[in-house]
Amino acid sequence: MSCANIQVSETPLVLYTLRRADDALILGHRLSEWCGHAPMLEEDMALSNIALDLIGQARELYSYAAKVEGKDNDEDKFAYLRDVRQYRNLLLVEQPNGDFAQTLVRQFFYSAFADLYWRAMMSSRDTTLAAIAAKSEKESAYHLRHASEWIIRLGDGTDESHRRAQGAIDHLWAFTGEMFSVDDGERALIQAGIAIDPASLRARWLTTLSDVAGEATLELPRNEWMQQGGRFGRHSEHLGHLLSELQSMQRTFPGLTW
Amino acid sequence: MATPNTPLWEVFIRSRNGLAHKHVGSLHANDATMALQAARDIYTRRGEGLSIWVVPSSAITASDPAEKGMMFEPAESKIYRHPTFYEVPEEVGHM
Repeated sequence: MSCANIQVSETPLVLYTLRRADDALILGHRLSEWCGHAPMLEEDMALSNIALDLIGQARELYSYAAKVEGKDNDEDKFAYLRDVRQYRNLLLVEQPNGDFAQTLVRQFFYSAFADLYWRAMMSSRDTTLAAIAAKSEKESAYHLRHASEWIIRLGDGTDESHRRAQGAIDHLWAFTGEMFSVDDGERALIQAGIAIDPASLRARWLTTLSDVAGEATLELPRNEWMQQGGRFGRHSEHLGHLLSELQSMQRTFPGLTW
Repeated sequence: MATPNTPLWEVFIRSRNGLAHKHVGSLHANDATMALQAARDIYTRRGEGLSIWVVPSSAITASDPAEKGMMFEPAESKIYRHPTFYEVPEEVGHM
């Protein structure tokens, strides 16, 4: 194994699978950055548990992408030997942890989507994706509950926690639109019954957000303008820094194993 | 930070084949819902349980260790209270 970037043949199904794998890996890595630093021991464990769930999802999706691609790639190569422009994750999940409220709002936005997404994907015609969905759905359901309870307490807590939670919502809102957009390749997978149309989930996603925000005395922004680009490799400056840490061992010692 | 204002909770888990909830430890959380979540995250990571109870530590009334002579020694000399003098039939199961 060298430390040079791999080439990936991004057929629609490979690309579709890699995008979801990258979401899970990058968000999992972000959460793992809290390990040893969370505000309390209990949350340190909770965030690490969620990180491990997501990295587990990423592994299954990468393995499947490798199988579909049928080349020399595997889960490790996808994770360690692709550069920023080859990553296909949502901009939302690469956003820095910020404070505790920002981490939880990011998690809340993503998990509220992932919970609906995986549940719908359980009926995918692709049996592997359907099986991954069945496992991931239970994990995402808990991630959503965990984040929701925190959003309610941060929003309806002290002036300080309310201010921070509302600030995080306003800041991250523009990154949520990307979850619901599809390109032509995905459109074809949707028509084939392999993927589901994320736009069909948006109304329920908004209901979840409104219910929790209402209880939390927080307000959802009304602006419609949304950031795009992550799905096509156009990332914020934050992802490069994240990858330099995530990939440092394999880039420095190619083929290193435990 | 888990300040002194964050209440302490005692956690009880019933294992897969267990018949009763057993005390497994304690944690800090601001309310019962969060305590239950934290208990799940801390104490059931390796499939330890199928049911969780959390109880505010302040709700527990404990015996005084200084009184253990009065409380527990009188029972030590009464071995006839142990059901060791007869066989328990197999069909009775757990007692």
